[in-house]
Amino acid sequence: MDRRHFLKNTGIAAVSSGLGTLAIPMAARSETAPIRIGLMAPLTGVVAAGGRELVDGFTMFWDSIGNEIAGRKVEIIIEDDAANPDTALQKARRLVEQSKVDFLFGNLLANTGIAVANYVKGNGEPYFIPVIAADDLTQRGRIPNVIRAGGYTASQFPRVLADWALKQGYRKVAMISQDYAFGHEQCGGFAQTFTEGGGKVLQEFWHPLNTSDFSPYLGQIAGLGADVIFAMETGSDSNRFLQQFASFGLKGQIPLLGAQNSTDQSVIRTLGPECEGVISAAQFCEGSDNPATQAFVKAYNAKFGKIPSLYGFSHYVGAMWVAKAITAIGGKVEDRELFLKTVLKTELPDSPLGTPVKFDAYGNPIYDVFIRKVVKNAEGKYWNVPVTTYKGVSQFWNYDPETYMKQPPYTRDFQGIKKA
Amino acid sequence: MSMLGSLSASNLDSPRSRKGLLLSLALGALALVILPMILPGYQISIVTQILIFALLAMSIDVLAGYAGRTSLGHGAIFGLSTYVAIYWSTTMGGHIWVGLLLGIVAATILAAIFAILAIRTSGVYFLLLTLALGMIVWGVCQRWTSVTGGENGMRGAGRPAFLIDHAHFYFAVLLIIIPVTWSLWRLVHSPFGWALRGIRDSESRMRSLGYNVQLHLFIAFVLSGFYAGIAGALYAVFNDFVSPSTVQLSLSVSGLLMAITGGIGTLLGSFVGAAAITSLENIVSIFTERWPSVLGLTFIFIMIFAPEGIVGRVQLLLARKHQQS
Amino acid sequence: MSLNLFQLLNGLTFAALLFIVASGFTLIFGLLRIVNLAHGALYLFGGLVGYSTVKLTGSFLIGALASMAFVAILGVALDKGLLRFVRGAELRQVLLTLGVAFLLNDIALVIWGGDTYTVPVPEALMGAMRVGSVFYPKYRMFVLGLGVFVFIALWLLINHTRLGALIRAGVDDPETTEAMGINIRMVFLGTFMLGASLAGLGGAVGGAFLTLHPGADAEILVFSLAVVIIGGRGSLVGAATGALLVGLLNSIGQVVFPELAYFIIFGPMALILAFRPLGLFGRTA
Repeated sequence: MDRRHFLKNTGIAAVSSGLGTLAIPMAARSETAPIRIGLMAPLTGVVAAGGRELVDGFTMFWDSIGNEIAGRKVEIIIEDDAANPDTALQKARRLVEQSKVDFLFGNLLANTGIAVANYVKGNGEPYFIPVIAADDLTQRGRIPNVIRAGGYTASQFPRVLADWALKQGYRKVAMISQDYAFGHEQCGGFAQTFTEGGGKVLQEFWHPLNTSDFSPYLGQIAGLGADVIFAMETGSDSNRFLQQFASFGLKGQIPLLGAQNSTDQSVIRTLGPECEGVISAAQFCEGSDNPATQAFVKAYNAKFGKIPSLYGFSHYVGAMWVAKAITAIGGKVEDRELFLKTVLKTELPDSPLGTPVKFDAYGNPIYDVFIRKVVKNAEGKYWNVPVTTYKGVSQFWNYDPETYMKQPPYTRDFQGIKKA
Repeated sequence: MSMLGSLSASNLDSPRSRKGLLLSLALGALALVILPMILPGYQISIVTQILIFALLAMSIDVLAGYAGRTSLGHGAIFGLSTYVAIYWSTTMGGHIWVGLLLGIVAATILAAIFAILAIRTSGVYFLLLTLALGMIVWGVCQRWTSVTGGENGMRGAGRPAFLIDHAHFYFAVLLIIIPVTWSLWRLVHSPFGWALRGIRDSESRMRSLGYNVQLHLFIAFVLSGFYAGIAGALYAVFNDFVSPSTVQLSLSVSGLLMAITGGIGTLLGSFVGAAAITSLENIVSIFTERWPSVLGLTFIFIMIFAPEGIVGRVQLLLARKHQQS
Repeated sequence: MSLNLFQLLNGLTFAALLFIVASGFTLIFGLLRIVNLAHGALYLFGGLVGYSTVKLTGSFLIGALASMAFVAILGVALDKGLLRFVRGAELRQVLLTLGVAFLLNDIALVIWGGDTYTVPVPEALMGAMRVGSVFYPKYRMFVLGLGVFVFIALWLLINHTRLGALIRAGVDDPETTEAMGINIRMVFLGTFMLGASLAGLGGAVGGAFLTLHPGADAEILVFSLAVVIIGGRGSLVGAATGALLVGLLNSIGQVVFPELAYFIIFGPMALILAFRPLGLFGRTA
């Protein structure tokens, strides 16, 4: 035998044996077999901290019910999407086609969620997204098997915040945001409601993701003469923004409003007084004195040594919500149509959110939305406490859904701004 | 300067080894045909991905292994093709096959632009320049939201019906990859390919022999971009989705790592490299989420112990044994 | 008018940080011919060590020193433990350091969990001060001063000390220097430590206003690459010029051409590489 062809053969043998080890034999499935859930989270890459919390919140719920539901064991298969849509797609394929999970959960960055949503569109696999907020997934580009259990649409809460800001007498806003769809949509929600209510958007600043130095923008914002500033920042950008906002002396001069992610625990956990007093709007409030909320926050803190962020909250709630539906259908998740239909009509009265929630007809929750303020708690940690509550806020605010969806999606160029 | 390429040990042109090569190639091709019949669906999709990345790695190898120019910008060329193909078939509502062709054309044009700027440099400067050019493409994809969908990317229009099945798509890719690989093989073993090797080893000598070095490098870069474009177009059908991650530096890095793992200057080593890295990633992720660490260690290990790559190493060993016997 | 002074200060203070980090990069690149793609990872790792030390001791100075020392040791490990296997092979070195960067970042993620941290600033440097007609954060003025200090110190070290003379001699003619009974490897190792420790210093100092988070390594690395490529490898004056150019382009460019935010650095960098591959101040060695 020729040596070189031996080499070629061993090469291929090595490959196929490498792949062979992946071929986990599938047990015969039946309705007493475990329910398999595929959870995708960014465990490496730039948002790994959030990804870890997402897993923690999710598994904490299933642990709390003994990983068993409707007489069936629950098996959670966790995959790292590496904050990369290409990886997320590959992992989704692996979970659905190889691990044969009954449904998918998770992902953190919008682009990973959109990639996976596009994949499940073709095969009908139920997919629950407590963090992926891209508006169109439950609006113009709705996919019936994609449901935002515990999640929200990007423009949903900023509208509430804009309404509140108008009621405080603010009329001129300067807006700064990360330059991507999540930012465009949140700012669009704010700008539309704010201008329709008689306010004026002085200027919107779009900066690249991961801007290390905000000083050029802060310099311009300071000179605009705004009544109030709206900042749509996530992760380390938010952390830096709040810090530089304070160090340039703007804090205390101009009131600062933030998107919910701007003052999320994942951001303010490592901050000091810079974050105090920032106002935001969200479906949960870790500093609320509601007993259900506090019970969850205490338990989470005891287990993981930190106050839960959006990622922990939403995945716990999302899991709880879907679990309630599974109980209602006696564990028959294999009947996808029944399963999805049941999830959509399941109401959740007693979650850590502290207020009852239900879905609208498009698979997005209707929440009681908190206006929240960052304050220091008794242990010296910063957290969000409720200022006031708006009841029953849907993703369509007070618009008619059909009419609303005729307007184009928010982009950098279309912000729904009403000309005065 | 010691380039990666100078480590290549390709000397496959004696009649005897050529016969062996053909035989092993035939067996390799046979294995590629049988593989999908024994593998479950998901793993067929992984093998498909290996084929696509192997083509990307080969396109990098043409420059790195034969012309002595190591690029960190090929991910951008690959990804542009993916973008154009998806844009054509969704936003423009055009036919996907036309989209694929346009993607390849776009990638080739981009490669020509890169080439004009980059061929004057060599060594680490070439590496850094291609890296910078790739970053610009990434920036455009990220920022030009109205066309590219920005950070969120673009969804495709769905694979054509007859390609939805993993095995069908695999064979379609295989049918494209085999002739493409053959043409690449012919390219590097043509007089043009030998001229590139000459440039790799000594530019001044080639110049004094009357070769137009710049023109050779330009053509090599453009051809390399053309092949990267084919890979990128296939990737568009494979994923049916594109985002800035596809033009990101990490893809250039993976492609290069695959070419190096297989063996720079061996061309077909790219298949071995792509298979090795992809399988490693899949196996490692079963046991640990620390893939970046494993990837880092792999890089370090290969650079220290096996810079000539798997195929290159085996060729060296065989050559040595051959001399002894 | 005051807005312009403000933006000018923004550019200058950012440039000062870039210079601190990039001068380490250019020392290693210019004198040792190593493109150390782990430089950003050293910055992040050093910054995080600095952060933890400041939290522990309450002293910013100790934190910065700890960061420098730790990264210098990492530098020794990198040079003695790994790079010595690939001496002289430029591209193998580059790719090896890339592997080290992956590894270091992942280890940092395991240890610090990937949250965003800010190195606490000493009391004396908090708040704003009056500069000309504007109020400006004291800390950023401190960074500007530190950048100038580092430039002068390095300049004196390279041009007016015996070590500097050895380094220059070792680069120009290693054989002769070796023959004169000088252990050139030790000189190079010293340079590597110095270059690495500057990344550590940058991490601690930059971590106080740019924050430390997964991904900060890549950002600073890309900026450093741009600085060194524009300025030319191994040239201190080049690094300073490059840092000023990149710092000012970054801050003023973002105000004047917000649409071009992503090109503002890479555009000039690509042009310079293409038409002056050795940079503005680079010389063929």
